[in-house]
Amino acid sequence: MIHSLFLVNASGDIFLEKHWKSVVSRSVCDYFFEAQERATEPENVPPVIPTPHHYLISVLRHRIYFVAVIQSEVPPLFVIEFLHRVVDTFQDYFGVCTEAAIKDNVVVVYELLEEMLDNGFPLATESNILKELIKPPTILRTMVNTITGSTNVGEQLPTGQLSVVPWRRTGVKYTNNEAYFDVVEEIDAIIDKSGSTITAEIQGVIDACVKLTGMPDLTLSFMNPRLLDDVSFHPCVRFKRWEAERILSFIPPDGNFRLLSYHVSSQNLVAIPVYVKHNITFREGSSQGRFDLTLGPKQTMGKAVESVLVSSQLPRGVLNTNLNPSQGTYTFDPVTKLLTWDVGKINPQKLPSLKGSMSLQAGASKPDENPTINIQFKIQQMAISGLKVNRLDMYGEKYKPFKGIKYMTKAGKFQVRT
Amino acid sequence: QQQGPGAPMSTNTLYNDQGGAEAAVEVGQESTPTSSGTAAGFGLFSTDFKKNEDLKEMLESSKESLKLEAMKRIVGLIAKGKNASELFPAVVKNVASKNIELKKLVYVYLVRYAEEQQDLALLSISTFQRALKDPNQLIRASALRVLSSIRVPIIVPIMMLAIKEAATDLSPYVRKTSAHAIQKLYSLDPEQKEQLIEVIEKLLKDKSTLVAGSVVMAFEEVCPDRIDLIHKNYRKLCNLLVDVEEWGQVVIISMLTRYARTQFTSPWKENNEKAFYDSEEEKKDQVEAKPYVMDPDHRLLLRNTKPLLQSRNTAVVMSVAQLYWHLAPKHEVSVVTKSLVRLLRSHREVQYIVLQNIATMSIQRKGMFEPYMKSFYVRSTDATHIKTLKLEILTNLANEANISTILREFQTYVKSQDKAFAAATIQAIGRCATNISEVTDTCLNGLVLLLSNRDETVVAESVVVIKKLLQMQPTQHCEIIKHMAKLFDNITVSMARASILWLIGEYCERVPKIAPDVLRKMAKSFTAEEDIVKLQTVNLAAKLYLTNSKQTKLLTQYILNLGKYDQNYDIRDRTRFIRQLIVPNEKSGALSKYARRILLAPKPAPVLESAFKDRDRFQLGTLSHSLNIKATGYLELSDWPAVAPDQSVRNVEVIEPVKEWAPSVGKAKPPKQDDKFYSDSGEDDHEEEEGEEGSESSSSEDSSSSSSDSSSSEGLSFCVCIWVNIPTFGPVKSHELLHHMTGKGLSARYHFPRQPCLYQPNMVAVQVTLTNGSDHSLEEIHIGDRSPASLNLHCFNTIERLEPEASVTVSMGIDFSDSTQAANFQLCTKDDQFSVSIQPAVGELLMPSSMTEQDFCKEQGKLLGMNETSATITLAAENSSSQSLSKQVLSVANVGVVSSSENNIHRFAGRTVSSGALVLVTAESRESSTALLTINTDKSIMASMLLRDLKQALAQA
Repeated sequence: MIHSLFLVNASGDIFLEKHWKSVVSRSVCDYFFEAQERATEPENVPPVIPTPHHYLISVLRHRIYFVAVIQSEVPPLFVIEFLHRVVDTFQDYFGVCTEAAIKDNVVVVYELLEEMLDNGFPLATESNILKELIKPPTILRTMVNTITGSTNVGEQLPTGQLSVVPWRRTGVKYTNNEAYFDVVEEIDAIIDKSGSTITAEIQGVIDACVKLTGMPDLTLSFMNPRLLDDVSFHPCVRFKRWEAERILSFIPPDGNFRLLSYHVSSQNLVAIPVYVKHNITFREGSSQGRFDLTLGPKQTMGKAVESVLVSSQLPRGVLNTNLNPSQGTYTFDPVTKLLTWDVGKINPQKLPSLKGSMSLQAGASKPDENPTINIQFKIQQMAISGLKVNRLDMYGEKYKPFKGIKYMTKAGKFQVRT
Repeated sequence: QQQGPGAPMSTNTLYNDQGGAEAAVEVGQESTPTSSGTAAGFGLFSTDFKKNEDLKEMLESSKESLKLEAMKRIVGLIAKGKNASELFPAVVKNVASKNIELKKLVYVYLVRYAEEQQDLALLSISTFQRALKDPNQLIRASALRVLSSIRVPIIVPIMMLAIKEAATDLSPYVRKTSAHAIQKLYSLDPEQKEQLIEVIEKLLKDKSTLVAGSVVMAFEEVCPDRIDLIHKNYRKLCNLLVDVEEWGQVVIISMLTRYARTQFTSPWKENNEKAFYDSEEEKKDQVEAKPYVMDPDHRLLLRNTKPLLQSRNTAVVMSVAQLYWHLAPKHEVSVVTKSLVRLLRSHREVQYIVLQNIATMSIQRKGMFEPYMKSFYVRSTDATHIKTLKLEILTNLANEANISTILREFQTYVKSQDKAFAAATIQAIGRCATNISEVTDTCLNGLVLLLSNRDETVVAESVVVIKKLLQMQPTQHCEIIKHMAKLFDNITVSMARASILWLIGEYCERVPKIAPDVLRKMAKSFTAEEDIVKLQTVNLAAKLYLTNSKQTKLLTQYILNLGKYDQNYDIRDRTRFIRQLIVPNEKSGALSKYARRILLAPKPAPVLESAFKDRDRFQLGTLSHSLNIKATGYLELSDWPAVAPDQSVRNVEVIEPVKEWAPSVGKAKPPKQDDKFYSDSGEDDHEEEEGEEGSESSSSEDSSSSSSDSSSSEGLSFCVCIWVNIPTFGPVKSHELLHHMTGKGLSARYHFPRQPCLYQPNMVAVQVTLTNGSDHSLEEIHIGDRSPASLNLHCFNTIERLEPEASVTVSMGIDFSDSTQAANFQLCTKDDQFSVSIQPAVGELLMPSSMTEQDFCKEQGKLLGMNETSATITLAAENSSSQSLSKQVLSVANVGVVSSSENNIHRFAGRTVSSGALVLVTAESRESSTALLTINTDKSIMASMLLRDLKQALAQA
């Protein structure tokens, strides 16, 4: 399936290559570079590129292109999904997935890629199994290895891959048994000029960090499972049980994992926690424009809106801005025309605002579109959909684990058209 | 000279590969520090010249750490794409190293360069051949992996042999590796095809979920046309699907899609209309003359793939979606909508592929995605190709009801700063206008407004779209042509000016007053115009000359004269041609008679249609679909057969059980499979234990694993005959639960399958076989009240209907709380209730525990005194051999064999199912056929009961 993999950095250099079948010359990437040149933005490179003898399927993450070389028909999503899994694994191992991190750990990277694919077909992609095969590098281990000459490769051969519970290894032991669940919801919304909602939906995930001894069997139930409209599970969740009882029953993987992602049914009205008052104008013939933006909280159930960050791509004609934030800091990049305003927390008594003028290119005509405003924010201790976990029970082990559930609401793709 | 760990990084910052020979020099010259600080520090060392010499020395040293360091640097070179092939002899020597990491790195190197250094690569082969016989399954697997990855044609026979052997290996993991190796060997030497197909056939029969995905992959690569191999395995694959790892699921689903299209008849036939309104179409249709009845196997596939829509793997979801699209009755396809829309929240690349597929789907089935229209609204942060695809879908979804919303949305897009996207929006508006006649005028007016836009691309696109729209229904639109003529003076984009001129020329008879005036203006500005505008001016002049020569004759001649001396060849050419054509003179001949027909012929209107119109010729979700070209290796999806091929080919022969009752065959659905999400293949657990023990020699273990897995995966039809296949245990005892006399025809027997219970780990798995001995069918068989009321028991799903003479096996879980107290409950049918009870033998309350001999002795040491029960017993003559002794013990109690170093001592270990207390059994055979039995456990009651049972079993023949 996957013949070879090339990693290409932002400046178009191939800094790593790996072949699972016979070697494919790196000149095949020239077709990719051509497409890259044609694309105005890095994101615009088409994910699937045909070349005379191969097909190139690429993903862009962390400003690195992962280019897979394919020789014959294969579902493109198969390759794309796998490449993203590779990136996730690197991130998991090295903390970050950057060119420097990959180059510094080239041996581990190679060992990982070797285990993840056999003859181009995915072999071990579960991070729990991989971590048993190849230990993630830590500073301490690197030092110890240098001195003692020991290795990153696990001495114990993994058992997880062979078991009926492939995502969990046997013999896990902890002194403190804890299970934490984060319910994180994101609001995707488009708000139009007049402030009315064009589309808004809520997506949520439950991320878990489970550190439990042995083979615990957990069940998690919700107060209002009806809210969940469309769900996708980690393979550990027993689907039939969900179908029948709306209960999540699972033997958890060890460590961090995403238990569930869900979509809140579109029948429910979505509460929009912030509003924006804006007045952005350009006058014909004048080289000045006005910029006036005020943010305020709305439908937040008394919780504070935090970590607010506003960004906007101003029209090309804008040369510079002279703005005054009532709080936080703002930056404007005259090259990319990107305005960002780091607001911080919204104080309902004193609404944050950003006011001032923009200087436009002299003589240029007035831009036809006002910029779109993207907003990011966080609200702690609240799931905007109202989803609540009812209880978490553990079977199969004797001890009493420490359990914790945290709620958070975030802005997803939250855009305000002006 | 030694190198620090950072050195390989700094040596490799050069990207231009100039071959191995210069590599050393090249490396020496470069001194660019990398981004990492440490690497830069070590960069000092890299000014060493004979780099590879140095590596060679390190590899040949006796120090493991030096060798490892060298190998790490070599892997660094390979990763950079540099040539390290000259080190081959030095590297290959280390292939048998004890150090696992060193060995792995050597493997990496070997696989990369063996093709280039075939002779030297042969040196390593014997190491792998040895490893193929290793007792540890993971070592066998990795040896096969590397051996089959070495692309050296000489070793084809060795590979073939290894693959064949591995395909019958006891470990499913090794079998999986052999399935991968099949593909490798096939690409190395396609002539082995026939032999490989035999291996594939064998592996397809495998019941392990681990193997399924890989062998289907091999099937797809080697012999995708041999669907006859699939028949017998079809139901098994459907049933296993949910437990196969996610990548395997994708491959199996796409293979089954093709399979189903050749084996089942179309569910989309004429009764579609009816079916759409009638959800219970199957029942209704039977009344009709020639009804369509879906093959149960067809239904099985649809039903078993549906849960996978909830997978976190986007490729799996997409493959189920395409399966439903290509196989499901039309009204069922919409179950995939929600999941596909969910995928749109994933990464950009995923969105791209999913949107492409939705675009194709939405052409044929608007209704599927219309409720989710808002999910396709464009965000300013989307990449251009995502935006264009969303636009495509929105256009496909447009209908009378939602068009106003869509157009309002389009208005925002037109103003986008991304001009390519704005242009695409204008085209989309044009398509909406042609498709929905109600809004044609609104769209036209909107487009006309855009003509005054400042952006060149927007204006040009608008004019072009207006031109197309007007071409379709010119009669009603003189007003717009007039308006465009008025705007003409203000429009500067040449493409737009040219289009307007063309329009006026084409419809000059409808605007007889304006056209000559426009021509007059053009005559004035002719010399200052762009070339395309000039060409269209000449065209306009010619057409007007033909229709209205009185007013325009002089103007035309003037323009033709200007054109004659233009700087541009094309314009001079065109002018000359037109003049000859329209102005009659003695030389012009016959052609000018036809001038009018040539220039003013009615022209066909361009068709505005989706770019995805023709994509449905490809299977959805494929690379070919994504590129809209047939990719190498694309397998055509065949049309439905008119008549379904023989269905019975998929029937699996049932091994006739020794017991008196008949096995229930295929008809009834396997409820057992249905109510679980994990597969219950106990086999995997067994394998795990083997892995830990590092030995698979114990024959009883192996045979039990292979036989029990047949039960789990074959579904119902095989459940009945498990015990027949466990010769080492002797027949598994099945007990009567309900006699058919007392049960009014319903009889039930149960046995303990000795598999870990799926429902809860503290439950004992029980399989109940229900047989209907009466002459009428029994309905709603389920479990009623239980006593004691606190009894924790996992019921089987209610059996809706059991036909006469049919039987069904269901599994349930009972928590006996480590006591042999019977579990009493009521077995109910629709009309009756029968009290039944299950009394477990003490040995069934255990589950095997794997441990080493040392661990065993250690644990035994902790369980002395009160916790030890022992007795000397007399062995029956038959049981004196050590093999039969273990056999007897294993048949009484569900314990695991602990490998023993002493011949006369047998050790068995187990845990109680509920509380997990250790139960250790030691049997020490003495002289004159006596044996000392010792049981160590803190459950003393169980110990004495177990001792009694064992004593009985060992004493009797």
